[in-house]
Amino acid sequence: MPKLPSPPKILTPVKRPGENGNGNGNGNGTGTLTPGQATVEAGLTVVDWVDERTSLSGGVRWLLFRKVPRGINWAYTLGSATLFAFLSQAVTGVFLAMFYRPDAYGGAYESIRYITDDAFLGQLVRAMHKWGASVMIILIFLHMARVFFFGAYKYPRELTWVIGVVLLILTLMMGFTGYLLPFDQRSYWASVVGVNINSGGPFIGPYLSDFLRAGPQFGATTLSRFYAIHMLLIPGLIAALIGAHLYLITKLGISAPPWIKAEEEPELRESQV
Amino acid sequence: MQDRHKAAKSKYTSDRQIPGAFEGETVSRRRFMVLSANGAGVVAAMAFTLPALGFALGPIFSREPFSWQAVGPPDDFVETTYATRVIQEVQGIGEAGNTIAYVRKRNPAIDTEPVDQYNRFVALSDRCMHLGCPVRFVAAADRFICPCHGGVYDFRGMVAGGPPVRPLDRFYTRLNTNTGLVELGPRYSVNSELHRFSPRDPGEPLDGIGQYLYPAQFDTSKLPNHP
Repeated sequence: MPKLPSPPKILTPVKRPGENGNGNGNGNGTGTLTPGQATVEAGLTVVDWVDERTSLSGGVRWLLFRKVPRGINWAYTLGSATLFAFLSQAVTGVFLAMFYRPDAYGGAYESIRYITDDAFLGQLVRAMHKWGASVMIILIFLHMARVFFFGAYKYPRELTWVIGVVLLILTLMMGFTGYLLPFDQRSYWASVVGVNINSGGPFIGPYLSDFLRAGPQFGATTLSRFYAIHMLLIPGLIAALIGAHLYLITKLGISAPPWIKAEEEPELRESQV
Repeated sequence: MQDRHKAAKSKYTSDRQIPGAFEGETVSRRRFMVLSANGAGVVAAMAFTLPALGFALGPIFSREPFSWQAVGPPDDFVETTYATRVIQEVQGIGEAGNTIAYVRKRNPAIDTEPVDQYNRFVALSDRCMHLGCPVRFVAAADRFICPCHGGVYDFRGMVAGGPPVRPLDRFYTRLNTNTGLVELGPRYSVNSELHRFSPRDPGEPLDGIGQYLYPAQFDTSKLPNHP
C-alpha cells in the first residue's frame, strides 16, 4: 500500500516577543535580549501584526520582486523617474498651498512674492515646484519615446499606453492651470492666450472657455477655479490613474527590449538542424 | 447538467424553480432588492453630483450686467487719431479687471458702416482677435500692432496682416446729454464687413460659416435689442 502524503503544515506557530528563532520557547530565560534585539523584535511584531490582518506582504512582493526580462537598461527607469517627479510636485505643492492665496485682487501675487522673498526656504520649494513641472513633462515625453521606440505599447499593453496618454494630457493640464496661479503679467496673458485657444474649437469651444474663466472675462473666480482644478481635481485623477498604470505594468510584466530574441527550446533548436 | 443560459426562461419566477416564488411573480425579491438598492445608490450620487455640476457650470449661463462708463467730453476725441482710455471690464479685482479702449470721433469719410446713435464715436477694444493679447496703437504707422504673434490692424481696426481672424472688437458709444460726456457701453464683435455680432472670444472668425461654428455666448453683457 503506497504511503499517503502527510498533510501540509497549515499553521506555523506565531512567534511571541522574546522567543528566539529556533527555540520552541521552553523558558530558558526570556529576559536575555539586548536592547537592539528587542527593537528588531518589536518592529517585526508590528509588521507581522499588520501583515496578519492585511496580507500586504504578498502584494508588496508581487509589486516589487517580480521578474524582468534580460537586457533591460536605464531607459526603463524613466517611468519611475516620472513617478518621483510627480511625488515631488505633490509634496512641494501641498506645502506651497499653505502659503498661497488665490486672490485675484493682488493677494495671489503678494503671497507668491512672500513665498519667494520672505518665507524660510520658500524660494527653494517654489523653485522645485516650478522647475519640477518642466522636468516632469520632459520625463514623460522621454518615457513615452522609450515605450514607443521599443514597441512596448503593443499587445497586451495597449491599455497601459492609453492610460499613459491620459496621464500625459492631465499633466499638461496641470502645467496650464498652474501657470496662472502667480497672477503676474506673464501668467495672466499666457492664460488669456491659452483659454482663447480653447475657444477655437467649433461649437463647444466658446462654452469651454466660459467654463474655464467662470464667465466672459478673466475675473476673481477664474483664479480660484484654476486653483481648484490644479490642486484638487487633476492631482486626484493623476494619482488614481498612476495606480491603474502601475497595476497593469505589474500584472503584464515589462516588455523585453526589441533586440533581445526569445530563447528557443533546446528540442526545437535540434529539430531545426 | 444542462446549460441554464441556453434554456428558454419563463418570465414567471415560479416556472424557474426559484425558492419562495409564488403564482404570477415576475421579479424575484432578490432581484427587486438589488435593483432598488442600486437605484437608491444612483439617486444618492446624482443628488450631490448634479447640483455640484450645475454650480460649476452656472457662470456659463448667467449674463453679466454692464454700465455705461464715461471716458471724457466729446472735445477729447478727434477724427484723425485715437485717444487711449482705461475702462473697467471686471469688478472687484482691481487693475487686473481693467482694459483699454481706443476712442476717436466717427469720420464719415472712412467709416462706411451705417451711422446710428451708438457709433458717433468709434471705440475699439485692445484685445487682439488672434488670441487676446493687448494691441497698441502706433500713431506713426496708423496701425494697431499686437506684441504676441504679429497681428496688424489698420486705422479702422480691420485686419491688415498676421493671424487675426476678424477686425478688432468695438464698444457701443453714446453721448450722455445730461453730463455732456462720451460713454462706453458693452463690447460687440464685427465681421470683415463691420456687421455687428454679439461679443465673441478672440480666435473665432465671423465671416462665412464662422458665425455658426462659434455661437454667441450666454454670459457676455449685451445692450438690449442689439447684438
